[in-house]
Amino acid sequence: MTAIEPGPAHARARVREADVQFENLAKQAHAVRFGIWLFLASELLLFAGLFALYTAYRTEYPAGFAAGIRHAELAIGTVNTSLLVISSYTAASALRAIRRDARRAALGWLGATLALGTVFLALKGLEYSHHAAEGALPGAYYAFRELPEHGGQLFFTLYYFMTGLHVLHLVAAVLVLAWLTWRVSRRRTTAAYHADLEAGVLYWHLVDCIWIFLYPMFYLLT
Amino acid sequence: MTSYLDDNHGILSWLATRDHKRIAILFLIATAGALLLGGAFALVLRIELLVPGKLFLSAMDYNRMFTHHGVVMVFLFMVPVIPSVFGNFFLPIMLGAPDLAFPRLNLASFYVYVAGAIIVLAAMWFGGIDTGWTFYAPYSTTSPTAVGVATFGVFVVGVSSILTGVNFIATVHTMRARDLGWMRMPLFVWAIYATAIIQVIATPVLGMSLLLVAVDHAWSLGIFDPAMGGDPVLFQHLFWFYSHPAVYIMILPAMGVVSEVVCTFSHNPPASYRAIAVSSLGIAFVGFLTWGHHMFVAGMSTFDVGAFGFLSMFTAIFSAIKVFTWTATLRHGAVWVTTPLLYFFGFMFLFVFGGMTGVALATSSLDIHWHDTYFVVAHFHFIMVGGTLTMYLAALHYWFPKMFGRMYPRRWSIVAATAVVLGFIFTFTPQFLLGNAGMPRRYWSYPAEYQWLQILSTAGASILAMGLALNFAYLVWALFRGARVERNPWGSRSYEWLAPSPPPLHNFDEPLVIRRGPYDYHLPE
Repeated sequence: MTAIEPGPAHARARVREADVQFENLAKQAHAVRFGIWLFLASELLLFAGLFALYTAYRTEYPAGFAAGIRHAELAIGTVNTSLLVISSYTAASALRAIRRDARRAALGWLGATLALGTVFLALKGLEYSHHAAEGALPGAYYAFRELPEHGGQLFFTLYYFMTGLHVLHLVAAVLVLAWLTWRVSRRRTTAAYHADLEAGVLYWHLVDCIWIFLYPMFYLLT
Repeated sequence: MTSYLDDNHGILSWLATRDHKRIAILFLIATAGALLLGGAFALVLRIELLVPGKLFLSAMDYNRMFTHHGVVMVFLFMVPVIPSVFGNFFLPIMLGAPDLAFPRLNLASFYVYVAGAIIVLAAMWFGGIDTGWTFYAPYSTTSPTAVGVATFGVFVVGVSSILTGVNFIATVHTMRARDLGWMRMPLFVWAIYATAIIQVIATPVLGMSLLLVAVDHAWSLGIFDPAMGGDPVLFQHLFWFYSHPAVYIMILPAMGVVSEVVCTFSHNPPASYRAIAVSSLGIAFVGFLTWGHHMFVAGMSTFDVGAFGFLSMFTAIFSAIKVFTWTATLRHGAVWVTTPLLYFFGFMFLFVFGGMTGVALATSSLDIHWHDTYFVVAHFHFIMVGGTLTMYLAALHYWFPKMFGRMYPRRWSIVAATAVVLGFIFTFTPQFLLGNAGMPRRYWSYPAEYQWLQILSTAGASILAMGLALNFAYLVWALFRGARVERNPWGSRSYEWLAPSPPPLHNFDEPLVIRRGPYDYHLPE
């Protein structure tokens, strides 16, 4: 079992041992990293089905989709995109900080990441309310007079479903990162073992990456 | 050392356990419940079909009943059963590991399964579902029954399947004992590994399609409704992209059990280890390219029909490689006929016959005649249900001594095995004939000239039910009263038999050192 030598830097750190099924912490970290990548692959396929759906309907209704995109809230979408890109940088910086055992810096970076994610969610809510006010609601509730065709209706249905699923993922990512922040603050996630933070940050990047695809699909490709 | 059964007592020590063996037992109980329920639904259907027109079920209730049968059997029994029970129990032991890589995730996947199952069952209780287990849109999104809740439940069960798959793949990659290379893993591990890959890749697509149906049903989004510009065939594509590979999720673990049973009871290494291992991966791969054969009559170009038919036939090549390898293994071995081997013989008949009819169905000209008839029903019951059910029972009888340290009454088990296999054949052979004569599937009533075949099928189903009931009775008896057995009653060389029966908490008294392969019957044990 790998135990940490209680030096000055780790004076208050708990001595972390590997879980019983692993020979040592290095193997455990390897398994966690491997597992999270598999999970991310699975998550990508969850969205892949929706991308296929979007492609099929866009091919069927090119004009309706283009018109739908022209009604998108481009400003909010663009601000949100930059927020998420920056949050990926801050999340990665938190990981770098924990690796060189800078706990306070890591907490700062994690706090910034959480804040950026939360602002994204708030702006997204604002955007939804704008669309709802116009009557651009999904499916049977669709009452958007400017865009009466099927294409526009399907565009907004997919818009709500896909960005909504993304919002759920982001909420999950915020909760996970908040829990990890607590672990860092209590010195449970440290330089000696931080595979959990690595996994959480990877998940954050995934949520970011998916948005990078949603952004052109719903805001740019007219 | 104390066995995992005696290590700790009390209900909480089971419900909050992280031991993969105890979680496997929890799954065994849950999936046995699903088998019982799905079987009861099937019997209700078979009894109703004894006469044309109404016996005791209205047409609407009949629709609900076959949907409930399909949903329970596919999603709650056949998909999880072999990986979650026997994979969970034996994967770590066969790798010489003390547990799976993520024990807490393993327990979580059990509770996610239970939560999903409860949601599905609640939907059936309150309102039922009448769409058939395939949930085809646009009917599913407009049906007055509880489709939304049920599809959401299946989505939750799918999450459990994904978590199990991730856990298994990570375990195979990172937890193998020292000197246990890939080509020395027992073939069951290969089968579970290939299955886990499909679980991780295909399940999210199904989950997403069913989520769309659930949301659509709840708020009438019309995603697949032509009246709102949607395309119903698109749902079929998304659905079968998972659900066809799901057939291999059900059959590949069964094939893994076959490889273990055949080698142990012929006391012989497999005729070709590599052929069996690689053909599993081959099936897993080609299985992703065949989904279109479910939609030959749903509006598809002639080229696509030909391509999907051709690719479907490739699966038969990989399956045939396995069948011939198993037969060759038996041919050169010292065969010991036991209950698991009897189930294997049943499997071979059902699998080969079901497989051949599958090749026939992949031929589009024949498919147009047989599409949506009892012929298709009989085909997939033979290959998928017959294959999985027989090998589930084989696995139960093969590993029972290891799991519980006791032996079941062998004579009774032979009677039960005979009843199950013959009952199964007897149930579905008439359905091949019915389908070929034009009886459409999912019909509540039928012309009088079909009645004698329907009666024969119901008679077969009752024999099958009695066989299963007998299995259940003596296995439960044997749990408490069966004769104690030592470590390796079958004289197998596979690694799980190196552990005590039943194994202790972390499987081995001391770290396992692999000195030989799992099928080295030429070496002393």
